[in-house]
Amino acid sequence: MQNTLLKIENLSKVFGGVRALDAVSLTINKGEIHCLAGENGSGKSTLIKVVSGFYKPEGGVITIDGKQYGSLSITNAIRLGIQVIYQDFSIFPNLTVAENIAMNYELYNRKKLVSWSKVREIAQESMNHIGISIPLEEKVENLSVADKQLVAIARSILYNARLIIMDEPTSALTRKEVDKLFRVVRQLQSEGVSILFVSHKLDEVFEIADKFTVLRNGKLIVTDDAQNIDSEKFIYYMTGRKIEEEYYVPEVIDQEHTLFEVRNLYLKNGFEGISFAIHAGEILGITGLLGSGRTELAKALFGLYTIDMGSIYVDGEEVQIKTPQDAIRHRIAYVPEDRLTEGLFLSQSVKNNLVVSHIDALLRWGRLDRRRMDAQAAKWIDELAIKVHKLEDPIQTLSGGNQQKAVLGKWLGTSPRVLILNGPTVGVDIGSKFDIHAFLRELAARAEMAIIIISDDISEVLKNCNRILIIDKGRITGEYANTELNEHSLMQRVTAGEVEEA
Amino acid sequence: MKKILRRNEFYIALTILLLGIIIQTTSGQFFTANNFVDLARSLIVPGMLCVGVMMILVSGNIDVSFPAISMLSMYAVVKGFEITGYQGPVFAAFILSGLIGLFLGAINGILAAWLKLPTLIITLGTGSVYLGFMQGVLKSSVISVLPKPIANLSKAYLFTVHNAELGVSSSLSVMFVLLPLAALSVALIMRYTMLGRGIYAIGGDIISAQRAGFRVPWIQIFVFSFMGALAGVVGMTRVTLTGMCQPTTLIGIEMTCIASVVLGGVRITGGHGTVTGALLGALLLTMISNSLILLGIPSYWTKFATGVLIVVGIGITAYQALRADRRVMANILQSDAKPIPNGERDHA
Repeated sequence: MQNTLLKIENLSKVFGGVRALDAVSLTINKGEIHCLAGENGSGKSTLIKVVSGFYKPEGGVITIDGKQYGSLSITNAIRLGIQVIYQDFSIFPNLTVAENIAMNYELYNRKKLVSWSKVREIAQESMNHIGISIPLEEKVENLSVADKQLVAIARSILYNARLIIMDEPTSALTRKEVDKLFRVVRQLQSEGVSILFVSHKLDEVFEIADKFTVLRNGKLIVTDDAQNIDSEKFIYYMTGRKIEEEYYVPEVIDQEHTLFEVRNLYLKNGFEGISFAIHAGEILGITGLLGSGRTELAKALFGLYTIDMGSIYVDGEEVQIKTPQDAIRHRIAYVPEDRLTEGLFLSQSVKNNLVVSHIDALLRWGRLDRRRMDAQAAKWIDELAIKVHKLEDPIQTLSGGNQQKAVLGKWLGTSPRVLILNGPTVGVDIGSKFDIHAFLRELAARAEMAIIIISDDISEVLKNCNRILIIDKGRITGEYANTELNEHSLMQRVTAGEVEEA
Repeated sequence: MKKILRRNEFYIALTILLLGIIIQTTSGQFFTANNFVDLARSLIVPGMLCVGVMMILVSGNIDVSFPAISMLSMYAVVKGFEITGYQGPVFAAFILSGLIGLFLGAINGILAAWLKLPTLIITLGTGSVYLGFMQGVLKSSVISVLPKPIANLSKAYLFTVHNAELGVSSSLSVMFVLLPLAALSVALIMRYTMLGRGIYAIGGDIISAQRAGFRVPWIQIFVFSFMGALAGVVGMTRVTLTGMCQPTTLIGIEMTCIASVVLGGVRITGGHGTVTGALLGALLLTMISNSLILLGIPSYWTKFATGVLIVVGIGITAYQALRADRRVMANILQSDAKPIPNGERDHA
């Protein structure tokens, strides 16, 4: 077959008795954009690593250009034109754009000396090729995530790449940046380069992919044309369960009982005139694009920024929130956007992470009460259905979904009066995502704490928040009941400001 | 211009100039030929060590064993020359001392690449072993009469300047040529070889460097071996400059060197640093220890002043980062745009 670039048949890979890949087959044609989806532990990373030569498979055949291979080595994979762009991009933050693009290629060609004019030339050519322009002499650490990614792409095409594997390339991009990325991807496609695109986002699959493949527990679940899929099927393929989220509509909203209120908040450069109130039983959603001020607002409510004007009330009582310590004292809890750097002590045990937020309460005569510590941790593991082998395991060994549940558990241990969640399900698998949503609804129904979900996940906000505020350029531009909207109309309202600009 | 203002080197050069002017106005003895010669002479040893330390720090490692390497190499060579009554060309002393240093440095590098332990711990250990070897096995003691070839070299000068006002003269030792030589070779390696770029790469992101195909263990072994060889040569340089072999002469210089390069903008966390920065840092600290005497300040204040400079210098950078963290830098509000009418603002 002339049109087939890569054909994988019955590929298997075993790690210590666990079948990470179980007889998986996959075909990628030349110039095809193929989306690969699956939850954590579904085997997609293993598949990528086998194709790029990092792992040797136990069984199966890889056919490239009609030639069969039992396994590939890293250099072999590169020679055959296979390039991987990892989620962390594998770039050097301390070096310039030009060097980041050209260096690996020069190294691959066994260069011993550096010709800076050559480096700049290679980098410029590569950027021209995919139609982007980033200052060559800028240090990569000063670039936006989107530009870092474009640098990684510009680097990967130098090796006559014919298959570029992108691992969740859009997870940290704004809508505009995603558009730019997709333009580059289509440009590559038009030159006959194939793209294997790892993504969980259904709308992206619709938008860019020709084909899609879903893995679950190491097995191939489905491979089909992208047009034959809808949201319901996609979730079913990914999770193996039928999950339908109803709109959250509280049974009772106690309008008399205001749990949390802010009036006229102003933060220099960040936002202004922010006022809202949350009543018992409600979940308030705040949504906006990246850079709209939503993250700044979330951080300011927790004292990570100090607001310059305005007032905050917890249970009707005015409070001063200048630092996170103030926030914690007034029992405000904050589940951050980036749990890895802001929410967890990665190398510490699950148990320590679960109790750290209220460790003082577990002291007895100045010493830690180990038994109560265990009991506390066990309680949250049970209530949040955190999948964990042992309480002593480092939390970094857990999947993203279970880590996020642990962050939630950590804060709930402080019995907060206000719970602020910033992007609560970013990088969380669909199953855990629904578990977290269900749990938040249950919490709201108990009417004990004010819950605020700040997120750019349109469907998450729509389904789980009975009231939604839209923020743009640091100002609230709209307030709606979720039942007034659907995904399309909410998306339209969120992007309204950006469209106006363009 | 903006780029210059962002660079650490600019600020340290400014500090050096300011300090020079202060010393000049109070003592009138800074911008004089013999003071410059004295400074240049004092800069040889710390300057050479600092460019090596810069390389080590850029690679994301640290080495505190190099003073021990210097002292062991120089003592072994001088002692050897004394016993054998060597009369040949003097450069053999430097080559031999450099080779011993290279060997000891390579041990550091191999241990670092193999054990993957923090290199602070490794070199604390090896440094102690090297010193112990010199004092125990070689039974080191002061050698005040140097073997002939070395003794002759220590009387070789590039030039001498006279200060008529003070009635003193200063001579610049030929050893000075080693400093630009060392600085230039490190600068060339760091900037124009793949090896040098690999040193920046592993200091920036070691996993990315592995994925890119850099041979990380070899790069680590190289930087430690290079530092060792440099330290060996510096040891002999020190002997030549002081005209005697004092086996404890460099104890504690590792801290001064690390402090100098960090002041010169080399990041202790790896990936960032230049030869210029390292040299400027070394110059600043040398100036302080040399010139406080000119200001009539007792020399024991040197350490105090050095410490204050480090805390203030590093503190300012850290404080700025901290402040920036608690401020919204991007102008989300676009405050210069037309204000929103009040009715809309109260929408919520």
